Order: sequence, then C-alpha cells, then structure tokens
Amino acid sequence: MLNEQGPQKARSVIDIRGLSLTFETNDGPVHALSNVDLDIREGEFVSFIGPSGCGKTTLLRVIADLEKPTGGEITVNGVTPEEARLARAYGYVFQSSALYPWRTIADNVALPLEIMGLSASERKERIARNLDLVNLGGFERKYPWQLSGGMQQRASIARALAVEPHLLLMDEPFGALDEIVRDHLNEQLLKLWAKTDKTVVFVTHSIPEAVFLSTKIVVLFPRPGRIYDVIESDLPRDRTLDIRETPEFLKIAHRVREGLRAGHSYEDS
Amino acid sequence: MTDAAYSSPMGKVDSPFSRLMSGTTGPVIVVVAVIVAVWYIAAALLNAPAQRDAFQRAGQTDVTLAEFVVATYAQERPVLPAPHQVAAEIWATTAEKAITSKRSLIYHSGITLSSTLLGFVLGTALGIGLAILVVHSRVLDKSLMPWVISSQTIPILAIAPMIIVVLNAINVTGLWPKALISTYLSFFPVTVGMVKGLRSPEIIQLDLMKTYSASGFQTLLMLRLPSAMPYLFASMKVAVAASLVGAIVGELPTGAVAGLGARLLSGSYYGQTVQIWSALIVAAVLAASLVTIVSIAERVVLRRMGMAR
Repeated sequence: MLNEQGPQKARSVIDIRGLSLTFETNDGPVHALSNVDLDIREGEFVSFIGPSGCGKTTLLRVIADLEKPTGGEITVNGVTPEEARLARAYGYVFQSSALYPWRTIADNVALPLEIMGLSASERKERIARNLDLVNLGGFERKYPWQLSGGMQQRASIARALAVEPHLLLMDEPFGALDEIVRDHLNEQLLKLWAKTDKTVVFVTHSIPEAVFLSTKIVVLFPRPGRIYDVIESDLPRDRTLDIRETPEFLKIAHRVREGLRAGHSYEDS
Repeated sequence: MTDAAYSSPMGKVDSPFSRLMSGTTGPVIVVVAVIVAVWYIAAALLNAPAQRDAFQRAGQTDVTLAEFVVATYAQERPVLPAPHQVAAEIWATTAEKAITSKRSLIYHSGITLSSTLLGFVLGTALGIGLAILVVHSRVLDKSLMPWVISSQTIPILAIAPMIIVVLNAINVTGLWPKALISTYLSFFPVTVGMVKGLRSPEIIQLDLMKTYSASGFQTLLMLRLPSAMPYLFASMKVAVAASLVGAIVGELPTGAVAGLGARLLSGSYYGQTVQIWSALIVAAVLAASLVTIVSIAERVVLRRMGMAR
C-alpha cells in the first residue's frame, strides 16, 4: 500500500521544527541539539548516523519524551511527545537489552502488557506471536542470562513489538553485537519492517547498517548537534544483504561517508 | 616420563589429613578446637587466684599442678566457667527440664524469640516503608534520613529503659515494649539497605518503564522491589541479629521476669557465672540460627526469581 503511495503522500508521524536542546552543566551549557528540522512519514525507515556526541541518541530520546527540548517544536503522531508517550505510541529498543534478570523471556515480553493491563489470554497470545516474529519461540521459560547477547536483544525487540506500536524507536540496538550476528539481525529487522509496515527510527554509527536498512538517512554533526544531510534512499524495499555489493548501495554509502568526513574536518578546523 | 609424573616427585600424597583440610570441615574443626583450647587455658588462669585461696583456707599445700587445674574447672562460681561446665548447665536446663519450667532455657529462649520475631517483622516492615518514602521524595530523603541515622547513635542501653517506662505508663506491657526495642534496632539496617536497593535499577531500566508510561506504583512493584531483593536479604540478616540484641536488652530493665535477658540479669545478681555463660551461648546459637534461616530464605527466593545462578 505505502509503496504505491510513495513517501510524500504518507501521513507525517514525526514533525520537528527548529528543535534545540541545551544541557546546563557545571562547565557551562552544552548544545546537544541545535535548530533541527526533520519530517518523518509513516512507513519510513529512518536512520540517524553521526560521530559520537552528535546528538543522534538525544534526538531519539526527545522523540520518546525521555529528554525535554529547550527550544523549537516537535510533534509525534500530531501531539506532543509526552502525550504520545502516555498513549504508548512507540516501542523503544535500547542499546542494551535492559531485560529484567528476575523475569523469564516470556515474562519480560509480558512486562509492558502487564503495565497496560491486558488480560492473561491477550498477553499469552502477544508473547507467543512476537517471540515467533524474532525467532525466539521455545525460549519462553529461559532467563536472560541463559541467552546470548544477540538473542537478548531480539527478546527486547519482541518486548517493544508486543506493545504493537506503529512507531519503533531503536537506539543502536545491535551496537554491542559482532558483525555476523548484526548482519543477521539487520536482515530479520528489515523483513519484520516489511511485514508490519511500521515506521522505524534507528540510531547507528555503522554506515553499511544505515544504508542497508533505511529509506532515509539523516547525517548529524557534533557540537552543536545538527543535521548536515538527509539522504533519501531509492533502494528497493525488499533487500537482501547482497545489495551491499551493488553500485547504487555504494553510491549512497559514499555520500554518507562524505557527510561524516565533512563533520570531522569541521571538528579539526 | 608419565610414570614419574604420576609418582609425584614432590611427595604430594593425598593423606586423610590433607584431604580433610582441603574442604571446609577441617578448617572449621581446627578453629573450634583453638577456641575451646584458649577458653580452657583462660579459665584455668582466671580461676587460679580464687582456687589458690580456697586451697590455702583448707590447709592443703601438697596439690599437684594437675589437681590444681582440674579444681579450677570445677568451681561453683568461677570467674570464667570451663566449656564443659557451660555445656552441662545448658544440658541440665534444656533437655532435663520441662519446657514450661521457669528454669528451662528453652522456655526463656521462647520468650525472647517471640519478641525478637515480632520486633523483626515490625522493623523490617518499617524499614521497607521508610525506604520507599525516602526513595520517592527528595524532601523526605533530606528530612527523614538524618533522624533515621541519629536514632542509631543513641546507646540502646540508655533508651531501652525509657521506652519500657513510657510504654508502661500507657499500659503497654509484656511482649510489646521489648518487641518495640527490637524494632528500634532492626529497622535501621533495613532502611539503609532498601534505600540502596530501591535505587539500584539502572537508568536504562527506569527509562524503559517510562516509555511504557508506567505509574510510580507499577515501577515500584515491577522494577524497584525486585531489584532490591538481594539488598533486602543482606540487611535482614543484620536486622534479625540486632532484633535479638534488642529483645535481650529490653528484658533487662523489666525486673528479670522471663527471657534470656532475665537469665543474664538474675545470673549476675547471684554471681551465677555458669548461668550467665549458658544464657549467652544459647543467645548466640539462637542468633546464628535466625541468620541461617534468613540465608536459606534468601537462597530460595533468589533462586525462584532466577537471580541465583
């Protein structure tokens, strides 16, 4: 459906205008974000990429209402981030799985469902469905420490999906994993996105990951954190890892790398 | 070559002794033996002056060293009774007495134990409650914690009679005043431990609850309390021992009616050192048993929570 419509016609999910965020620290103000404009539409897969300190995680946290902006405007689903959060409009996947060690995998996935007050049968159904979605069927009764890092992160994705949000916010979810596991999870994530037609905002510092996953890549600069480039990817939505060898892929990757390099030279000057 | 390796040129043969000492049983036995030996030596030395006087009064001058030492272990009111005297007294006042008898240590232990447990339960509940308040309110953290800490700087021996007297004045007697002294001592470690425990969740785990727009109560129930469990049990071990101390101290100013504290007090009135020491040993065994029970509960709970590996 969305493929035919094209990104321009889709509904705006996140609308950011002139957003800035300044942290007051003992060493004076730190400009984490400065004058950020961004429009994210329904069904897009948007990656934030940039060197550490560029504010990509902070921007994601502002969208999630985990940080309050100090200037500018932002709406999520047409309302303030706080209202969106209270309405449980998004699922958030953190850098580490943040699974609760005293809960089994199934009970970890059940956590948001318990908070939402869903019935036991509804919880059971959603746990089974979402664990299957991330290929963790059969691991319901294991504790987090009995699983590998990749499996733990998949469980945390299942937990985010169980809320059934239209918007998925992911903060370097595969950053701590080795490249083989990361490739595998990237492919799974892409399939999942194609299957569910969610809007995904994905923070990463890996160029191949950003280009492989995204329909839109946002390159950020540090100090103050701001947007340098927004790259619309014209790669087909149903991709496999082989696409990384194609000229189109390499062209986009090159443009991202150029952007990041410009950010660095700006740093040095 | 391999044969030589097997026959162990260092002469390291697994003798029964080295096998015993490589486990925990051996060292435990050694420590107990050393303590008992030191105790016997100390008993002989401390009781010697009185024994010398006794022999002098009786006109006996031709006692051998062995006879003298044996005599120091058989005094009726020794400065330091020998271990076997204490053991015999404990046996006589537990196994050989009816539990209902006023001279039974089991009867007195039961009295002390009941106020210990009541005080421990109240103290733990109070400690958890205070910790929850302190963690959720900066104002209470600043205003309550100094009082919690200064409450423990007052010597319990000074405040225990006050509590008894005040409570007697409002007709609270018997079990409750003693239990409240136990509470006074035991809430503190639980408060401090639980404040730390309730604050132990990582920021990422708290952020997670925020993304679910969980209420403060849900965050407490589903995140803070489970995270605090290891801290709770660690502080409960301290608290249960403190409760027993509180109960015994609480029995001292009540006029030695019943309980281990009363046995200690009446023993000191009449110079019955053997009675004092047997009450002390029973109190120590009781405390060790209570701590062990909490440890077992800890292991069971943490294992069921999947937190013990």
